[in-house]
Amino acid sequence: MDKILISGNWACGEAAIRAGCRFYAGYPITPQNELTEYMAEHMRQAEGGTFIQAESEIAAVNMVLGASAAGARAMTSSSSPGISLKQEGISALAADELPAVIVNMMRGGPGLGNILPSQGDYFQATRGGGHGDYRTIVLAPSSVQELADLTMDAFDLSDAYRNPVLILGDGMTGQMMEPVVFGKPRPRRYSEKYVLKGAGEGRSRFVRALILDALRMEEHNWKLVRKYNVILQKEVRFETFRTGNAKLVIIAYGIAARIAKGAINRLRDSGYRVGLIRPITLWPFPAQIIRDTAERIGSFLVFEMSTGQMLEDVKLALEGRARVGFYGRPGGIVPTPAELAKAIVQEYQR
Amino acid sequence: MKKVFSRPRSLKNTPFHYCAGCGHSITHRLICDAVDQLGIRGITIGVPPAGCAVLAYNYFDVDMLEAPHGRGCAVATGIKRTLPDRVVFSYQGDGDLAAIGTAETFHAANRGENITVIFINNAVYGMTGGQMAPTTLLGMMSTTSPPGRSATLDGHPIRMSEVLARLEGTAYIERCAVNSPQNILRAGRAIRKAFRYQMDGAGFTMIEVLSQCPTNWKMTAAESCKWVDEVMAQAFPIGVIKDIRKGEKHAD
Repeated sequence: MDKILISGNWACGEAAIRAGCRFYAGYPITPQNELTEYMAEHMRQAEGGTFIQAESEIAAVNMVLGASAAGARAMTSSSSPGISLKQEGISALAADELPAVIVNMMRGGPGLGNILPSQGDYFQATRGGGHGDYRTIVLAPSSVQELADLTMDAFDLSDAYRNPVLILGDGMTGQMMEPVVFGKPRPRRYSEKYVLKGAGEGRSRFVRALILDALRMEEHNWKLVRKYNVILQKEVRFETFRTGNAKLVIIAYGIAARIAKGAINRLRDSGYRVGLIRPITLWPFPAQIIRDTAERIGSFLVFEMSTGQMLEDVKLALEGRARVGFYGRPGGIVPTPAELAKAIVQEYQR
Repeated sequence: MKKVFSRPRSLKNTPFHYCAGCGHSITHRLICDAVDQLGIRGITIGVPPAGCAVLAYNYFDVDMLEAPHGRGCAVATGIKRTLPDRVVFSYQGDGDLAAIGTAETFHAANRGENITVIFINNAVYGMTGGQMAPTTLLGMMSTTSPPGRSATLDGHPIRMSEVLARLEGTAYIERCAVNSPQNILRAGRAIRKAFRYQMDGAGFTMIEVLSQCPTNWKMTAAESCKWVDEVMAQAFPIGVIKDIRKGEKHAD
């Protein structure tokens, strides 16, 4: 296996193509342009690959809807404001039970905000994001290697559950360069019976989200919930880091967890007993490991590059079992491990 | 006795929910006739819209994928690019195609997407109860233009067929009506021709259908058919707007 130095956005595109993604539609927005550009060059070289620069993020996600229904592994990507525009399509994909991978390289918000790394879209990503009762699987990479790996996994998960999967990165995961070894993609397992390709000689089928009959619409909602419950049971992913004998545990995801590791390593060297729980799936949220950790540790510090969104999930997981502090830097600020270490020490000494 | 008329095979044996006199049911039938005549039922994929025709999949016996409001051309693009040998059509109303979905329509046309759009122009939002559409005529009353559409306040009716005809990617655009036997036959021929162009890979094709909506126009079915000729077709002239193969010999 060759190790190459590659940016997150490029690695995500390359992993998608290796995973068999053959349809990509996107629209330029910083800081994910390199992903769209990578697809423009390489998707067209892939056999049967389609790249479309769409007229908007809305059009891009709806093209993905069509391509997915027609049987392609399909993907779109954007950054925060563009992801807001995609919500209509994501809701439709979830309602139609169609697989698709959507990448969000988050930037500072709200509104147009700025183009710096941020984590302000946690609520949007983990609560469905669009209208209606639905969820999307949300994967949060904290390195370029993990971004490449999770991109491949995202296609498998979205096929397995016939549900959109979000990759929630940020401007930094997208643009930084790191060594990557691409994993081996698994063969696609997706039943032909879900693919619309013309009725042939058989019965025609339709895929739709409109269900006017309230009882049938209610049943469709519960059907989705049954699927989400399986995901909650089977797909939770997290990493623990130096939590053995810890007195205080940091909870952070994505690039923030990377910063947290740096801070924890420094503090451990100075004798502070601190560790990290890093959710890799933000939905389903790894509530159980946090609850289990609270059996032996009374104090947590949530660190996010936002004003405190995952914080709510941590509190819901703990149900008051432990103290939860918060350190947040919204708006495109990426604190240094030293800055975070200071906040950790303050919390540690309470 | 020889059977000379029957329900097209691609039209399901389901009673239409459309109002008496509505143009949707006629247009549905014309599309299905065209699909049957070209023998393409098994390779056709339709994209129904939001609006009165949202339940089109109950009638068309071809594979269908519902599009969110206005996104028909984007969804159809995704299908067609994935399955280039299928015949893909979207079925859209005036609000869907010329208001909320203008961008998707315009750019699919400009890219020359090899799809066919059946554009139902009835000058109102039908299903939501008769609000002003982008194609509502000047002076025409609607629930959101109660004194009549004003050019100053509400803008002008958009002639989408003429607009799209200016784009290089469009191959064939014709405006038809379904208010008389003669116009219905002509509309049927136009739809068939559009599908054939698509099968030849000619580019973007669109058939605009002036479609009576007696309920929201507050007319009888007969009055609405007359109104299409006397009023609507004055603002939206019937005929071929663009045909890149004009002059070539066709079977029709």
